[in-house]
This record gives sequence, structure tokens and C-alpha cells, in this order.
Amino acid sequence: MTKNGRMLSRRNALRLGGASAAAMGLAACGVQGAAKQQSTAQAESAADKFWKAQKQTGQVNFANWALYIDPSHTTLKDFTAATGIKVNYSEVIQDDSSYFAKINPVLSSGQSTGADIMVITDGLQFDELVELGEVIPLDQSMLTNFHKNAGTPYQHRSFDPGNIYSVPWASGVTGIAWNPKYVTQPPTSIADLWNPKYAGHVGMMSDPQEIANFGLFKIGVDPVTSTESDWHTAASQLMQQRNSGIVRQYYDQSYINALSKGDTWITMAWSGDIFQQNLSSGTNLQFVIPKEGGTIWTDNMMIPKYAPNPVAAMKLIDWFYKPEMAALLTEAINYITPVPAAQGIISAAAAKASGSDKATLGAVASSPLVWLSADEYSRVKNYVPITSKNRASFYSIFQPVTAG
Amino acid sequence: MTTISSSPERTQALAPPPGAPSRGRRRGRRRLGDRLLFAWTWLIIVWLALPIAVMIMFSFNNPHGRYNFTWVGFTLKWYGPHLLDYPSLTTAMKNTLIVAAAATVISVVLGTLIGLALGKYRFRGSGAANLVQFAAISAPEIVLASSLLSFFVTMNVQLGLKTIIVAHVMFCLSFVAVTVRSRVLTLDRSMEEAARDLGAGPWTTFRLVTLPLIFPGVLAGGLLAFAISVDDFVVTSFVSGNTQTFPLWIWSATRNGLPPQVDVLGTLIFTFGVLLAVGSALFNRRGSNALFNRRGNR
Amino acid sequence: MRRLRAAAVPYLLIMPGGLWLIIFFAIPVVALLSLSTQQGDVVHGFTQTFHFANYAYAWDNYHDQFIRSLIYGGIATILCILLGYPVAYWIAFRGGAHKSTYLFLLLLPFFVSFVLRTVSWQYFLSDNGLLLAPLKSAGIVPQNFRILATAPAVIGGLTYNYLPFMVLPIYVALERIDFKLVEAAQDLYASRATAFRRVVVPLSLPGIFAGVLLTFVPVAADYVNASILGGTSNTMIGNIIQDQFLNSQDFPTGAALSFMLMALLLIGMFSYARALGTEEVLEAAAR
Repeated sequence: MTKNGRMLSRRNALRLGGASAAAMGLAACGVQGAAKQQSTAQAESAADKFWKAQKQTGQVNFANWALYIDPSHTTLKDFTAATGIKVNYSEVIQDDSSYFAKINPVLSSGQSTGADIMVITDGLQFDELVELGEVIPLDQSMLTNFHKNAGTPYQHRSFDPGNIYSVPWASGVTGIAWNPKYVTQPPTSIADLWNPKYAGHVGMMSDPQEIANFGLFKIGVDPVTSTESDWHTAASQLMQQRNSGIVRQYYDQSYINALSKGDTWITMAWSGDIFQQNLSSGTNLQFVIPKEGGTIWTDNMMIPKYAPNPVAAMKLIDWFYKPEMAALLTEAINYITPVPAAQGIISAAAAKASGSDKATLGAVASSPLVWLSADEYSRVKNYVPITSKNRASFYSIFQPVTAG
Repeated sequence: MTTISSSPERTQALAPPPGAPSRGRRRGRRRLGDRLLFAWTWLIIVWLALPIAVMIMFSFNNPHGRYNFTWVGFTLKWYGPHLLDYPSLTTAMKNTLIVAAAATVISVVLGTLIGLALGKYRFRGSGAANLVQFAAISAPEIVLASSLLSFFVTMNVQLGLKTIIVAHVMFCLSFVAVTVRSRVLTLDRSMEEAARDLGAGPWTTFRLVTLPLIFPGVLAGGLLAFAISVDDFVVTSFVSGNTQTFPLWIWSATRNGLPPQVDVLGTLIFTFGVLLAVGSALFNRRGSNALFNRRGNR
Repeated sequence: MRRLRAAAVPYLLIMPGGLWLIIFFAIPVVALLSLSTQQGDVVHGFTQTFHFANYAYAWDNYHDQFIRSLIYGGIATILCILLGYPVAYWIAFRGGAHKSTYLFLLLLPFFVSFVLRTVSWQYFLSDNGLLLAPLKSAGIVPQNFRILATAPAVIGGLTYNYLPFMVLPIYVALERIDFKLVEAAQDLYASRATAFRRVVVPLSLPGIFAGVLLTFVPVAADYVNASILGGTSNTMIGNIIQDQFLNSQDFPTGAALSFMLMALLLIGMFSYARALGTEEVLEAAAR
């Protein structure tokens, strides 16, 4: 992190000597440090050289968020049965910012984190990892299932055009959720979160990237193309919402708790949470993507630098794009899958099942929270693209909103 | 506090001042006071355990999905084979217990030594030692976490169980030291001097006189250390590498819902602890606790 | 020779633990201290420019949260003393053979993760939850009354989470007191209150001091309670520091804030110790 830290680490890196072939090869190819300076073509040729030097290994280490895979690990077991590669799965990611803070010192000093695949949300940390050259470009030739089965929106994403560094694991949408018991008029617009009628019972998220998007939607600006003056206007809207006592609390993850108990009546929410809560407890919480827009975020599979088993990692990454695997995953985690064909598989499974399984599978197969319509896809936008150049001003504008 | 001597001048002063209540009335008030204190203590214990009651209640809940915030219905099914539905969770629990046990033992030993040194002796460097102790307690966890991580990374140390234990010992040390020190400060030197006069060497004196006298402080420090270690989140998350502990797993899981298995595990831990407490209470009743039953404390 | 050995004893005692602290605490933290005067960002690295303006910047922007943390910390600590002292008193003097059992029972809830405990409190304290629903239907509190997302909720959470850190040190000090001293005072016709005030409290001062140290200091740096139980204007300095390190990745400001906090607490505690004169009292008591 510090300049001193970097100097020491180069000494360490040389001392390491026995660094894996991958690291040496990658360093020789120049895919490090100033990766942001390279053009796509340069990066691709460097990546080609890197992948040609790789060999198959017998295991792969997968770092993920908790409860973000089918609990019985059938998807992983089937993979091992089909390829013979063992999977070491560890749920060590609590959130992007702390995971990044954990792996950045390790990677920048030339050591491996031990993980071959990690799941990172698009946003600040994603951009930083790319800028710092701490992720390995994917081997596009091994992404056969992906190119065949992934939906079109997922093959062209603004934050990673060409899927050089990542492919989606699951997506979610941030929209407005409400409790019909307290909110009689279904909200349709972002401005409903500013409605003084709900003062003291509105929930907002505490992540600056999330509230920035909603502030920008309120003033009618697309976050992906927003400018700094747009940010100031959006922030003043958010401050007004806060200072007039409309917001009850800025939640990190526990808004669903508050909403289901009636502490908040209307809140920013993630689609998967609403689905999961209704499914778990039979509540009737509603979700809508406002007409000005909602945020779509994607958790992506990436390969960190110095990964010990990159080839096996590519195989596992592409494995999850088989429709059967995507279906298994979606049945368990209920977030938006990048494989549209999974929906048919889940409906078929629902038809064959019985009892509560049938109800659950049916709900998953037909929920608009899990399968977005084309119109909804057109309304949702990504986060504001933050680079090291504008990060400081972005945070200094939006942090005071939640910092109280 | 001065001792009570029995010189003639004092006998005069022993006459009750006017308006003082009779002996009987005071004894009655004493009993009422005792009872209030007893009730208050149990009130506090119950208050501390209140969230646990909620947790136990939810371990019997029957949600159809992963979220366990609303009461749906009663079931015992999570106490069966379903408990092991999440293998990472059970591994995480195991790791937490290993780390807490190791960290408690090490920090109790090291912390007691420091507490002894700071409480009994005046030496050059005691000020600096106090300062470091204090700083270790007052440093925000995120500062400890990032500085330790940079340190481990620069030293090329593999992150995992060992680094977690090292980190936990580091901040539990000071808690134990402060607790033991406050006990040592009130230690009656004459006891140790007497033992020395009777020919006991320093190690024997420590083992048979000092240690029993400061044992409540050591025990309290150990309990604090265990509680801190079991619950630690921030520092652990930074230095754990790919190892998972119970608080880390739970924090990560809250993003996707806390399944009932978490409540069940918590209930089992709590029940085990209660049984341990009841067991030790029954054991103590047999009167083997000379350490605590001295000097008129009932 | 004996004198040399005697003089070496405290250093020998301190050495293992002290070494541990120096290696794993002092050195890393000093490295972080140097970070507080640097400038830069994560991607391009940080350079040492002795930019002490970082401290001014930190204070300008966040002095509200600083002062708020000290206030919350102070209130929570006082509450801990008021709530915890009677408990420590009872266990020390009346606990009998079961003292360690009671201590264990006090700490037992903490062996279950704080996330679970706080989520359970959220359930319990919600606007129409187990506590407020009966109160509201009985008309004791107004319909739009709430506990969560307010300052009292945060202070309550802080008190709850740190109470054992106050009870245990006070217990340790009280347990040492020979109850015969109290009885003697009462034999001299001191009322219970006077006996308590003039005998027990002064002797328990080192325990109170240790308890305040172990409570006030971590409470001021806490961030969990504010983030889960607090509302929009209850942010504490711990939240800000957390945010600086993880989200804004503004390590110099985060480091500056941390060291300002530590310095403030240090000065506070040392003045408190001076005022109490704990060392002298205890020297006398030990005789």
C-alpha cells in the first residue's frame, strides 16, 4: 500500500525466486502495474502468451461470498466428476471493500492469495483491481459455454467490454421495495423515496455507489455518463432527503429486516432479498424498478494474479455457464443468472416436483425478480464508473450523506 | 484503612451516636438490601441473555427459505441432520473455538506476567509499558487490522489460523494485563514477605501465595480474553487469508440471509455453556473452593 | 548479585508479553503512523510528504463525530458503572462458592456472535416488536415512537456490549476487600451508605479505573452499534475511520483520525488517573 511497502515488496518478490511460472510469465509479458496503459490488443496478445504457458493442474481454489452457491455443492461435485479436478471452496468474502483491502497488500507484494477464482462486484474495487493489474485476463478460447449460453446483456457490459477480466456469476437489481400494509399507493418513481408522507420510515442504503445512483436517477441523469457537477446536484438532493428527516437509517444489509417488521415502509432494496424474504416467510413485500431507472450490479468471477491453478479456474468458470448448472445455482441463490436457458430448466423441474419443493421451484421459475423483462433491462444502469482519478472527489461528495 | 485499636480513648467513641438505628433494624435493612442486590444481579444476567432468548426462539422457526426474520411456525428439523447443511459453517465454528482456546491460554500467561510486573514493581520503562498497553486497547480495530496485515505480508507470512491466533493474543494481552494489574495493585505484600521469611523460594512463593491471591483477576482476564477472541471480526477478517471463523461467516452470510442453522449453533453453544456453569456450581457446592471462601465472605 | 536479580525480575516478567506487543503491535502501528502524514492513493502508491495538514483536514471534517463518540462513550461508561457495580458487589461479597459461575453466566451471551445478538435486539426493539407493541397498544407510548435508529439505541447497544468489561474488573477489586472492614465500620455506627462510600468505594477504585479503561476506550472507537442500531445522525468516529480505510481508501486521513482518537483517549485516561490518585490509595491499602 505505502510506497515503502512497495519497495520492500519488490525485494521480497525477487527473494521469492520460486514464484510460480505463471507469475514470472505474466511479469515478463508486462501484464502488471500499468495495465491501464495498454490497449485491448496489447492486453490480448500478452494474455495469449500467458495462457499458452499454462498447464493443467488437479485442483482449483474458489473464494466466494457466503450462501452464494447451492448448499450441497452439487454444482462443484458434478464438475469434479466430469473433469477430475478437485474444488476447494471457501466463503471468505464478506464484502468487496474489505476483501480488496485484504488481497491488495498480498498481491502487490508479489504473493499469491491462494485463490484461483474470486467473486467481485462491479464497482470501485473491480476497477482498482484492473487498474493495478492484479487480475489475469481470461482465456477467451476456453469460454465456449459462456459465448454460447450467456444472455446478450451479459456479453456486453460497460465496465468490462469484451469480458476481458470477468464473466458474471450472478446479478441483482437495486430498486424500491415496499410493504403494502403501510404503503397504499404503489410507488413508481424514485421521488417516492422522497415523499414526506413516509418521513421517518424510509430506508436508504449506506453504500455511496448505491445512493449516488439513486440521487442521479432522481435528477434524471444516467450514472454511467454523469459528471462531477451532476454528482453535486444529486448529493444535494440526498442531503435534503436526509435533513428533512425522511430517511430513517442508512442500511448496509439489514434493510430487509427493518422492512419486514414494519420499521421502514419503503426502502432501497436488492431484488434477491425481497424474493428470498417472501419465499422464507410468506410476506408480501413488493419490489419495483422505478421508471427513472434502477441499478444493476453484477458479481463477477475473476482470476487474481499469481493464482496457482489458472487453467482449472477457467474450466470451472466456464462450467457454470452450462444451463443445468446455472439452473441449480439460481434455484439456490435466487439472484439473476446470466444464462436465460436456465429458466426453462427450472420450470421443467418445478413441473416434475411435488409439495413445497414444487412451490419453491415454481416461484423461482416465474418470479419477475429473478428474470428481468426486456423493458426492465433497458431501464437498469450500472454504477458510476470510478477510477483512481475521480474516486477522491466522488467520495468526498457522497460520503457526507451517510456519515452524519 | 486503619485498624481498630482498643485504647481507652476509643472506648468512649464506641457509644452509639444519637439517632442511630438499633442493631435489629439494621440487620433487617441489610437483608432487604441483599435481596435487592440479588434481584438486580439476576435482572442484569437476564438482560444480557435476552437476545439469546430471541435466537433460541428462532432456532425453532420454520422459514421456507434462507431468511429467518419473521416467525413462520415451529419445527425441530434444524436440530437434526439439516444442521450440517452448510459445511463451511461448521468448519468456521471449529476454527473459532481452536483460535479462542489457544489465544486465551497464551494471552492469560503473557498478560498475567505483565500485570504482575506493572502492578508490583516500579521500574524504568513501566511508563512506556503502560502506554503500549493502553494504546493496544484504544487503537481502533481497523488500524490494528490493516497494520498487522501489511506487517504479515511484508514478512512473507502465510495467512491462516496461526496469524489469527497471533493477532488475537495481541489485543487480548492488554485486557488480561489491565485486569490482573488492578488486582495485583491491592495485593498484600506482607503475605509474600511472610512466605519468604518462612523460607519459600520465589517460584514457590508465586505458585502457592501470589497466584492464588491474584487468581480471580487471572480468571476474569481469561474469560474476557475468550469472549473477545470468540467474537472478534475486523482484525480476524484481515489476517485470516482463506480461513473462515464463525463471526466472519455470519457477517458474510447476512448479505444473503441468516439461515436457522446459525441460530441452532448459537443455541447449542449457549446451552453447553449453561450446562458447564451449572456443573461447576454443583461442583463448587461440595465446598472445594477454599480460594474464594476466605476471610468471612459468605 | 541478589540485588541485580531482584532488579531484573520485572523486566523478565514483561519480556515475553512485551516482545509480543512490540513485534505485532508497536511496529505495525508506528508504520501506520507514518502513513498519516503521507499523500497519494491506492493505485499510485503513497509518498511521505510530512503532510500534517491531514490532521487539520480530519478534524475539520469530522469533529462532530469525534465529540459525539466521546459523549456516547462517556454516557455508556457511566451507565455501565451504575448497572454493573451492584452486580460486581453482589457477586464479590455474596456470591460465595458460585462466584466464577456467575461471572461465566455474565459472559456467556458473548460467546454467540455479536451479529446474532444485534440482529436479535433489532427484532426485539422494532417499532411493533416484542417490547413496543404491548406498550403502544396500552397507550403508554405514542404510536410513532421508536427506539431503533436513535441515539439511545446506540448508547443502549454500547452499554449492553461492554457491560462485562466493567463488571469483571470491579469484581476483581471488590473481591479483594475483606468484608470485616465493612462490618467494622458498621459496628462503629456508620450507616450502610456511609460504610459503602467511605470504605468500599475507595478500595474498589483500581477496579473502577480498570473498568473505565476497558470500557470507555473501546466504546469510543466502536462502529458496529452505530451502524446497526443508529439512525442518520448517530455516526461515530469509528464508522468514519472504517469508511476511510475500506471505502474511500483514504488511508492517510484514516490513520490521522485513528491517532487523534488514540491521543485524545490517552490524555483523558491519564488525567483521570492523576485525578483519582489511584496509585497512592492502593499503596496504602496494600499495607
